Parts: sequence; structure tokens; C-alpha cells
Amino acid sequence: MTYDGLEIPANLLPDEWDVNDAIDADDPEKGRLVPAVEFRNVDLAFDDQVILSDVSFMVGRGETRFVLGGSGTGKSTVIKLVLGLIKPDAGQVFVEGEEITHLDDVELVRIRKKIGMVFQDGALFDSLSVYDNVAYRLHEARVPEDEVEHEVVRMLQFVNLEDAIDKMPIELSGGMRRRVGIARALVGNPSIILFDEPTAGLDPPTARTICELAIKLRDIEDVSSIFVTHEMNNLEYIGSEYAVLDREGNVHYELAGKTYCLINTKIMMLLKGDIWFTGREEELRASEDSYIRKFIRGK
Amino acid sequence: MNPITRFLFELQEITNLLWRAMKGLRKKPRYFPEIVNQMDAIGVGSVGIVVLTGFFTGGVLVLQAYPTLEYYGAQSNVGQGIAASLIRELGPVLSALMVAGRVGSAISAELGSMVVSQQIDAMRALGTSPVRKLVTPRVIALLVALPLLTITADIAGLIGGGLVAKQLFGLDINTYISSVRTGTNVNDIVAGMIKPIVFGGIIGLVSCYKGLSTTGGTVGVGLSTTQAVVSSSINIIIADFFLSKILQSALSSTLF
Repeated sequence: MTYDGLEIPANLLPDEWDVNDAIDADDPEKGRLVPAVEFRNVDLAFDDQVILSDVSFMVGRGETRFVLGGSGTGKSTVIKLVLGLIKPDAGQVFVEGEEITHLDDVELVRIRKKIGMVFQDGALFDSLSVYDNVAYRLHEARVPEDEVEHEVVRMLQFVNLEDAIDKMPIELSGGMRRRVGIARALVGNPSIILFDEPTAGLDPPTARTICELAIKLRDIEDVSSIFVTHEMNNLEYIGSEYAVLDREGNVHYELAGKTYCLINTKIMMLLKGDIWFTGREEELRASEDSYIRKFIRGK
Repeated sequence: MNPITRFLFELQEITNLLWRAMKGLRKKPRYFPEIVNQMDAIGVGSVGIVVLTGFFTGGVLVLQAYPTLEYYGAQSNVGQGIAASLIRELGPVLSALMVAGRVGSAISAELGSMVVSQQIDAMRALGTSPVRKLVTPRVIALLVALPLLTITADIAGLIGGGLVAKQLFGLDINTYISSVRTGTNVNDIVAGMIKPIVFGGIIGLVSCYKGLSTTGGTVGVGLSTTQAVVSSSINIIIADFFLSKILQSALSSTLF
């Protein structure tokens, strides 16, 4: 089978991952063999329009997978398939080794607990305060209020928004809404985060802040993510920088190659329902393909 | 899609929504605080318009009926006619139409806005069923609140009729009350309570369905809000006819 343009030997790709074996194993590293997200030969069409055609790819543990492509190429559809918000016409979608394609909404709740989703405009609940938005998942799980408060403050500190705890979403700027959306997605320590164009329409410094959060999640929190975007500066930041902690616990961002190499970020470009490109940032920028050149340079 | 296919499709979807909303009651979480909030917003919030509607409808009924009854010397029976028409028909139907306008539009607009701003997707992504969290409480609140609002409208209508009869036509208030009591029987009250339960279900399900099926951004929200009110109102009036016929047959054979 071909994944990301690479031929994978059959003995390395079992029909179904044995999640329990991997997770319960004495060696915690063994669990990392199971991909965070996997698509196998996924087809999807809306009426006559083909959105995805025989798409297969894997997102490894701790990996960030960029999904690039123009409008209407099925980028956001990939994320909705991972969450089970829509079902593929054919093929299989796995989350941490478990096939979710045939699960109903009740069974999907268990899967969705492992996933955090950051929507394009934050998708905050207008009628709830920032506190209640971030605490939403915990309130639903009937967690005691003192624990909820502790977790909400911790998450808002992570996105540098602890001062906005009592505000309503309407009082927040676009960038703040996205950051609250990230904080909400992080509650419950999900192992996978899905970003759906989180920097669309934001000014460059705010977009940079969002990207730094994604880098921190990848390199410090070891979270796997799918980052859907069509903004090249997102790729420039996340695809070429990594986060390190100093002795005082402060986060620093360094360019790849300075001390370490960046191997946990891959790019996938969609076009006409197919995976048009997979590889690393420098390979994308060096590509001679006319569509990719046009996508990167605008002409 | 032709109109008949669309009607059948929507009927199927609304029936499916009803089934899922009722299933939401069987398992936890049940969102009782949300049901109470909705009862407050829908029930308490609609008391004002329902009282005004009932009061002036009762008043205008007496205003129109009294001169004719006086011509035949039957003006002392005015309360009988008012009570029958208010409790059987006008109370339930007018209350339902007012609530459809006020609450149905609000439900559809709120859910529609949540759809277009991806809040419904966010809710599902956070592991909550939007039907259980949003639809079930609203439908239950309407099933409980609309009969109570109808009683309020009936009482306000009878008071309005009484005031007009006394102040404008000089009818003795005791004669009016006695005539109202003569004109009210258990069949009317039972029929007048069953109807708003059905109407509440219609408003809740149609408005939630229209809201959740919103497409096309803010323009779509406006469209689904209009459709929710129009569709609820038409369905209430059509259902009223069939309910009246069914209740007439059923109640006359079982009660009194």
C-alpha cells in the first residue's frame, strides 16, 4: 500500500492496529507505533462533486500534518471526517488505531474526547462566558467546580488570556476568540488537535501567536495535529521552527537546523480530490509543479 | 425537489427529530436546568402577549356578539358563547400562533445562527448531542408551557369579555359569570388542553428542524426563521381542524 507517496511493506501495516496491545504494553514507546489518525482509501462526494478520491495518509504521534489547498479542495472535510461529523462514501478512518467509520454519534463521543478542534472563527458559544466556554467539556462531564476552575485557569494561561476569563465572546477580538477556541479544545488533554484555518483573517502578529501555540503543543505537549490552512506564513513558522524550554521553564522558538532538525511536521496538498503533494516544507518550496508554484507565489 | 417530495422529506426529518429528542430523555445527561430555563424564556416570557391577545379577543367577541344576541333578547347568554369559542378554539389557536411568532422565530434564529457560526459543529466536536442539549429542552418546555399559556389566555379573554359586557353594554356581571359557567363543560376544557400540547410539539419540532437545517449564512438564518413561523402557523391551523373533529368524536362518546 502507498502512503504519502511511500510504499509501506505489508508486514508494517496490519489490517487493524491492536490498540490495547500498543497502549497497555510495558514499553510506553510502543503505543507511539499506532498512528494518531489514519485514512485508508477514503472516497467522498457531495452529489456529483468528488471531494476526496482514494485518499490514504497517516499522522503519527506528536506529528503536525499540514493540509494545504485552495478553497473547495476538501481540506476542512478531512477534519470533519476525523471527528466523524461526516462519513466517507468508502474507505476507513482510524483514530488512534480504532476505526470510526461505522460508529454512531453516541459511540463517537468517546472518540471525540481524544480530539480537540479549533474552528476557523473560534465557534465560541455566544451565550456563555469565556470561563464557561473553556469549561464546557468539564461541565458536561459534571466535574466538580473547583477542579473545573483550576483547569480553565491553566488553559487560559497557556494561551495568555487569563485576564479575559469573565468576558463574553462578543467582547473579544478575532485573535482572542481563536485563542479561547484553542484553550477550549485543549481541555481534557486531548492527544489530537485539529486546526481549521485558525489564522484566517488575522493580522500577522496574532497569526504568529496562534502558530506559536501550535508549535508549543507539538514540541512541548507532544500533541498530534492536523493543521488546515491556505496561508503560507503558517507553514513558514510551524514548518521551520521548534519550541524548547529553558531552565526557568520559559518557551523559546528556534529555527530548525540551529540545534535540532525538525522531523515531526509534514505537508500534504490536496487538489481535485487527490493528494497532490506530500513532503517537507523545503521540498514543497523547491517543487517545480506549476500548481504548487502558483499556490506558493500566487502566480 | 418538487413540493410533494420536499414535504415528505421534511415530514420524515421532523419525525426523526421527534424520535431523537424523545430518546434524549431516556439517558443521561438530561439537562433539567436547560428545560427550566427554556420554560422561563418560553412560558413566563410569553405571558404578556398571550394575556393581551386573550383579553382583547374576549372583548371584541362580546362587542360583536352582544348586539345580535340583544336583538333576539338572548344577551344574558353572551358569556356562554364567549366561553365556548374561547376555550375550544380561540384560546388554544391564538396562543399557539402568538407563541409560534415569538418563540418559534427565536428558536429557529438561535439554532440557525449556531449552525452558520459552526457552534453546532463545535458542540458535536466537544462530545455533546445538539438534539439532546438544544432540541429536547425546547420541545418539552413548549409541551408544558403552551397549555398553561392557553389557560392564561382563556382567563384573560373571559375577563376581557366580562369587562366589555359590563362597561359598554351594562350587563350584570353575575349574569355574565353564570352564563360562562353554563357554557363551559369538561369536554371543552379537555379539548382545550389537548390542543395546545399538540401545537407546542408542532412549534418546537418545526422551529428546531428549520433552525438546524439552516444553510447559506445570515441570509439562510432569515429564511429559516420566516419558514419556521409560516410553517408552524399553517400546521397549527390545519392540525386544529383535524384535532377538533377527532376530539369532537372521541370526547362526545366517552365523556358526558
